[in-house]
Amino acid sequence: MSAADHTEPLVRVEDIHTYYGKSHILHGVSLEVRHGEIVGLLGRNGVGKSTTLKAIMGLVHPTRGAVLLEGQPVGHLPAHRLARLGIGYVPEDRRIFRLLTVSENLRTGLDGRGVSDARKKELLDMVFDYFPVLAERRNQAGGTLSGGEQQMLAIARAMMLEPKIILLDEPTEGLMPRMVSQIRHIIHVLRREGVAVLLVEQNVPLTLETSERVYFMEKGQVRHQAPASELHADHAVVHKYLGV
Amino acid sequence: MTLLEQILIQTINGIVVGMILALVASGLTLIFGIMDVVNFAHGELFMLGAYVGVITLAGTGSFWLALIVATLMIAALGAAIHVTTLRPLLGRDPLNTILATFGVSLVLQNYALWQFGPVARKIQEPITGQFTLFYLDYPWYRVMIALLSAAIIGGLWLFLKFSTYGVWIRATTQDRLMAQAMGIPVPRVLTIVFAIGSGMAAASGVLFGPLVGVNHAMGLDWVLKAFIVVVVGGMGNLVGSIAAAIFVSLMEAYASLWVSPSQAIIVSFVVLILTLLIRPTGLFVPTPK
Repeated sequence: MSAADHTEPLVRVEDIHTYYGKSHILHGVSLEVRHGEIVGLLGRNGVGKSTTLKAIMGLVHPTRGAVLLEGQPVGHLPAHRLARLGIGYVPEDRRIFRLLTVSENLRTGLDGRGVSDARKKELLDMVFDYFPVLAERRNQAGGTLSGGEQQMLAIARAMMLEPKIILLDEPTEGLMPRMVSQIRHIIHVLRREGVAVLLVEQNVPLTLETSERVYFMEKGQVRHQAPASELHADHAVVHKYLGV
Repeated sequence: MTLLEQILIQTINGIVVGMILALVASGLTLIFGIMDVVNFAHGELFMLGAYVGVITLAGTGSFWLALIVATLMIAALGAAIHVTTLRPLLGRDPLNTILATFGVSLVLQNYALWQFGPVARKIQEPITGQFTLFYLDYPWYRVMIALLSAAIIGGLWLFLKFSTYGVWIRATTQDRLMAQAMGIPVPRVLTIVFAIGSGMAAASGVLFGPLVGVNHAMGLDWVLKAFIVVVVGGMGNLVGSIAAAIFVSLMEAYASLWVSPSQAIIVSFVVLILTLLIRPTGLFVPTPK
């Protein structure tokens, strides 16, 4: 791609509204993520953070507003097209294909994109290098992995798409504290690979430490944004939006 | 003839019929398991497959060509039915798809009646030899259809296990939304599943044609039995359906040692009712945790 593309943010969300049945979930969310940037999205439960990620992924279609990928409106595209345009999705509950082996889980993101066999092997080698436990268990069913391993697999699976951005929804949820440092490591890996991340997390210290900018959501809207370096876990802004 | 000999013969009969039933049922269970569509038109695809077989056989004289042409044509018809009738109903209440496939079944059945008339046609079996089984001449063709059914089901298994579409189909079955998020073209995957299920119904129609004769209503009996097998085997469970097909057919075959074959059909219903009463998730699935 040309350098000129980089003047546009990678992802821009403009005033999107979504409904679930009759309930109005997002009330005009706007945010943007630049190429290679790690952005945090914080807020209490039920303020629409996960729905925002789903709207970017095309799993929920906004009734108003626009989602732009490198300047192109993509809000109307089905999720499978967006995945191939470079959006990777790691959902809250990981959603590993439980009956598929680890290799097959990874394969879902490799096949059918016209990727050469050599490149497929490179990508597999890369994730097996980062996550050796996945290599050990490559022939095991995804459902037999531990929670932390499933989280690694979910992220590795998204990396198979060679995404420009990964939408990471509460990666530390339900993991042992020991695994949190693993997730921190994974986010650093993504940064090193030049992959942008939009991170939804309840773990405020982790979010502030890994992100460059942070958005705060409340009642289906983005209410505040700040560089992560200006915040700390007991900052007044954090208190205001998270009540911690 | 001793009872033991009779039981042996009925065992072979049961397995042969069970394999054909397994072929019909595996198309049905594939479509249900992956798409959540209860396909009431499955029997009509079976019947139309047999008719395409009759016509191709009459035109070319080759049973094998008839089998292949019928499978491909009905697979294409299945894809067309899916795109025009089922895809627009995606995400709606399952009742919508049940009514839609029921409607399709009525259209196809009456089309066949109008086009081909009520008189049954015959498909000549490709091999007519027999071998002696105790006192009985047993046709090789029956053994052949059992083996061919097994080969087709085995081919399906290999396809699901190793091919790209196979992996996509299994991923779609487990989590449709996540499959989309991984770039899997889910609508196309569903169309292909429906086409494969339809093609398998057509193949079983052609294979079974020589035994029963081809008419517009031939699908009814088979699809009814296939539904029983799919429920007994555990809805959507391929291996379960195959096991159930053989199990139900063996039970019927043994029962017909003592009662007439038409009364033996009752056995399937008894198995169905007992399954629904005792183990409604299916006999041949592991106990859900």
